[in-house]
Amino acid sequence: MTDNSDGIGGLTFDKSKRSWPNEFNIFFALIIIIVIFEALGQILPYMNDQSFLFDTKDRFDTIFNEARLKIIILQVAIIGIIALGVTQVIITAGIDLSSGPLVAATAMVAMSFAQTELVNGNPNPKALFGTWAMDLPVVVPVVIGLVFGACIGAINGTFIAFLRIPPFIATLGMFLVCRGIALWWSSGNPISFPTESYKFIGSGMMPVVWFLSLAILFHIIMKYTVYGKHTYAIGSNEDAARMSGINVKRHKVMVYMIASMLAAFAGIVLSAKASTAQAGMGEFYELFAIAMAVIGGISLTGGRGSIIGTVLGAMVLGVIRSGFTFIKLDGSYQLMAMGSIIIAAVILDQYRQRNRA
Amino acid sequence: MSSDIVLKTENLTKHYGGVHALVGANFEMKKGEHVAIMGDNGAGKSTFVRQITGVEQRTSGTVSLYGEEVNFTGPLDARQAGIETVFQTLALADDLDVPDNLFLGRELTKWNWLGPFRRLDYKAMRDATMQGLVKTGVKIPNIKNSIQNMSGGQRQCVAIARTATFASKLTIMDEPTAALGVQETAQVENIIRNMKEQGAPLILVSHNMRQVFDLVDRIVVFRRGRIVANLNKDETDGQDVVAYITGVKTGAEYEGAA
Repeated sequence: MTDNSDGIGGLTFDKSKRSWPNEFNIFFALIIIIVIFEALGQILPYMNDQSFLFDTKDRFDTIFNEARLKIIILQVAIIGIIALGVTQVIITAGIDLSSGPLVAATAMVAMSFAQTELVNGNPNPKALFGTWAMDLPVVVPVVIGLVFGACIGAINGTFIAFLRIPPFIATLGMFLVCRGIALWWSSGNPISFPTESYKFIGSGMMPVVWFLSLAILFHIIMKYTVYGKHTYAIGSNEDAARMSGINVKRHKVMVYMIASMLAAFAGIVLSAKASTAQAGMGEFYELFAIAMAVIGGISLTGGRGSIIGTVLGAMVLGVIRSGFTFIKLDGSYQLMAMGSIIIAAVILDQYRQRNRA
Repeated sequence: MSSDIVLKTENLTKHYGGVHALVGANFEMKKGEHVAIMGDNGAGKSTFVRQITGVEQRTSGTVSLYGEEVNFTGPLDARQAGIETVFQTLALADDLDVPDNLFLGRELTKWNWLGPFRRLDYKAMRDATMQGLVKTGVKIPNIKNSIQNMSGGQRQCVAIARTATFASKLTIMDEPTAALGVQETAQVENIIRNMKEQGAPLILVSHNMRQVFDLVDRIVVFRRGRIVANLNKDETDGQDVVAYITGVKTGAEYEGAA
């Protein structure tokens, strides 16, 4: 035992065990993936030396291919909003499978209060309710959507925390229930023609604005507030959290409520962006959201990971998707490749943890 | 006078179904006293501790803390009343660092109007942690290190530092050095000596005879759910204690108990 170690201590501190923030690894992975696609653009014979990242047209206002960057981030923004909530759930060592169908159900519910009365001077052909639900201020559908999401989350959380149903089963059930609600709400018919102010929520780059501002908000919450600390503590050692006086059950309900409200908000943004709500919306979103979190280094055993990781994970997924399209890989191959990458991410994570222990 | 008695149990009894795990335990400890609880496996030591700390509900009997009868409905109640416990299974969150673990469930915060989203006062917690560690004599190289990167001894030290930092009235340690190496055990024992100097009362459950004779003032022996001896350290020795533990001898005042 040496006494010249760091800190006030007598016990030695192994510096090699000081871990490199995981987020750096993901960031490097992101860069490597971009480089690979850039190289493929040069190497593959049918690509005609196209560049993945840079602007190859004779435009001097920008060196980057701005259009592609925008598409990449726009594509992941809505699922990214869900992933912010799923991240918190996974940090408590839970899982939320219900988010995809919840996106659809919320889109239906919110959209039915966001319709306009007149479309080009004619009555709204997709009207679900009477005129009393038409041309309402935009807060009405948004608040209704979020409250709906909060209710679903509260039910999830109550089943998981108080009735001790495994999160996988509870949210799998809710997965089907929400898909059922989405279909039942308008008997399977699409709901369309929202007000202009509702459309604005999803117009242009607004989904990206929502995604990034919510990411910053939840980064602060997870890192600097009691809510965040308790979320990590529960995922790390639930018994210790309970013995330390944290109200674990109430906290879990809160986490699931926040996650579902984020998924509900994603549904609002998605329906606003598409200007329509359909029961089949958001298919596989829950899985992509989980994938983003997992690629971003959120451990499925709980206690570890960060919002920054998830944002980077979302970017990785977006770049891979865009890259595959760029090298003209068929959609079916894309799914296979993406599945493999998700599994590889988990294997890498486990390998890293073993080395650390 | 009664406030001199830290903890007093009368006729404390616990039955698990038909099993009489603890029968009529009368126990008393004074301020500043360190008491060891010894006994064979299944003798009722842990059961006794679990009744005091509110982890389980006693079948009958009374528990008084500083002369006031208490009825804890859970470990949280006991903690709020000033009883801190180091459990055999460490109650630490592996992914958090030392201040986080020390203050888990009682974080120092700012902006409390934000409710569950009130802000953590990291600086105050770090400072208080350093003070607590100095006070208890716990040496941890880097308090920003997460618990999972620490050795078993360091973890145990964190757990003990937590109890010692906050325990105002009574600390209970259930075999704190059972899983530790020689040097780590020595460190834990140093912390316990520190607590003795500061007059913090302690109940130590241990199998380690040398440790018990090194650290405590009084030894209470359990056998088959009953207290069979209450010995001053100076008036006994290892062989004597073993005789009580194994049932060769029974304390005069406990004749007929077991």
